Amino acid sequence: MKVGVLLKQVPASDTIIKINPDKTGILTADVKWEINPYDEFALEAAIQLKDAGKATAVVVLTVGGADAEARVRDALNRGATEAIRVDDPALAGSDALGKARALAAAAKAAGVELLLAGKQAIDTDSAAVPGIVAELLGWPQVSVVTGLTVDGGKITAERNAGGGYIEVVSTTVPAVITCDKGLNTPRFASLKGIMAAKKIAIVAKSAADLGLSAGQVGAAGALVEESGFELPPPRPSGKIIQGATPEAKVKELVRLLREEAKVI
Amino acid sequence: MSSGILVFCETDGGKLKKSAHELLSKAATLGGPVSAVVIGGSVDGAEAGRYGASTVYTVNGDAFGAYSTDAWVKALAAVIGKASPSVVLGAASPVGKDLFPRLGARIGAGAVTEVTELSNVGGQVVARRPVYAGKALATVKVKSSVALFTVRPNSFPVNATGGGAASVVAVDAGVSAADLKTQVVEVRKSAQATVDLTEADRIVSGGRSVKSAEGYDSVIRPLAAALRATPGASRAAVDAGYAPHSHQVGQTGKVVNPTLYIAVGISGAIQHLAGMRTSKVIVSINKDPDAPIFQHSSYGIVDDLFTVCPALQKEFEAVVG
Repeated sequence: MKVGVLLKQVPASDTIIKINPDKTGILTADVKWEINPYDEFALEAAIQLKDAGKATAVVVLTVGGADAEARVRDALNRGATEAIRVDDPALAGSDALGKARALAAAAKAAGVELLLAGKQAIDTDSAAVPGIVAELLGWPQVSVVTGLTVDGGKITAERNAGGGYIEVVSTTVPAVITCDKGLNTPRFASLKGIMAAKKIAIVAKSAADLGLSAGQVGAAGALVEESGFELPPPRPSGKIIQGATPEAKVKELVRLLREEAKVI
Repeated sequence: MSSGILVFCETDGGKLKKSAHELLSKAATLGGPVSAVVIGGSVDGAEAGRYGASTVYTVNGDAFGAYSTDAWVKALAAVIGKASPSVVLGAASPVGKDLFPRLGARIGAGAVTEVTELSNVGGQVVARRPVYAGKALATVKVKSSVALFTVRPNSFPVNATGGGAASVVAVDAGVSAADLKTQVVEVRKSAQATVDLTEADRIVSGGRSVKSAEGYDSVIRPLAAALRATPGASRAAVDAGYAPHSHQVGQTGKVVNPTLYIAVGISGAIQHLAGMRTSKVIVSINKDPDAPIFQHSSYGIVDDLFTVCPALQKEFEAVVG
């Protein structure tokens, strides 16, 4: 069974965000890119399936320009065995649906039967692409998973159902699973892995290669349009509570929370 | 021609959840008739009417036990087909997050997730949403004839407009067990928290300075309990093993939006701030007067957390009803 991993490069989580002049996005000149942290859990889960002999191949699937190669290479160095990078000027301005169309087509072209993804990417925070990919492929989805076992074609996953409950969900391949922190501890690349990955080429595919028409992707195919990027307004400066003793400070804090902020 | 707003309401024991009250209250301000839909649960038409809905659609049947993507997507698509709304709102809850993107792909509608503001601009409902974990905000418009939005809990005030009882309309979405490709085989209680961090109205979070799992359990959890708050933690505290992953607040944890956030022994790394900056009131307790968290706090106490927290717990126990 081939396992696919949806991978996105995102600004590192300690990035100081600056907005571009036409407010359509952020300035990327000084940004340090990394693999979306949730995708790392998906990648690790896939590599573990391969190590356990349950996956025959781990295929990294990404949408991005040549600048995304380093992140894909990092995934190969860690143990992925194939990589497809969908790169096409026609994809510019794609929304989640356009990217999902490209990724679903790439997954199909690669012959993937199980698709793992991060629960969300930490740039757009949309958590939209995996569910759309699952719908396009007609596969079941299990989202926000912190436990995963694959046995033959049978999948058992644990997910946070909210309200303090964990659900154990069973399904079968083909399926889309999104991964949360707690599923595993992602590995770093080993020297052996880096040497082995040197032989693996990252395959670039265009929209046309994947049978997608221009109207299905890019700004033309987008149903969702973002604009007006802004930094959040700064919080009004607060007050440091003075008092002779910790107890006095605490009493004053509680008074302010009740009488000024009116939140308790 | 689609018009009006349909609110996907989550329920708990036949009552609408607070998130549903918020969404209905907001929908009533956006123009057009408001209807509601409850899937896999019962609803009181009077309650839905009080918050502005004129009709409540319900979908039930054997396939609607535990939440499943397949049954809910099919059911909600059927209700949208019947009600023909131009806007569908749901909570950015575990259910809403799983449901809406796939629903959008099913019916050819644009889905916008995790929005915190909605407004009517020239007849079109436009959203604002945080991106980069709240380090920036963006305006989002949907071009399809139906627009789907999930809204982060605690974004809107609740207003009971006092309308008459909504009429309850049962819809047969034609969902059967054969539609379900996933099965919930077991449900179990996770950690102590019963309110999900993302929906919590009050949060008490501990950082690296709680020093140990024992420190977290003996200081943060009781303080949270006294305030009827949900316990959270910084990434540093989680990575050090003081608190479970499910408690992490920040860019690679939960992004939270409570009324009151108390940061205990948290220095205020940019990735933590990203996860809690929209909290309405932020209180910080830290020994270090130069901790960056104080620049983002409404109130700060510079002192030892191990002295302050037990005193604060005692005060909360006395005043929090």
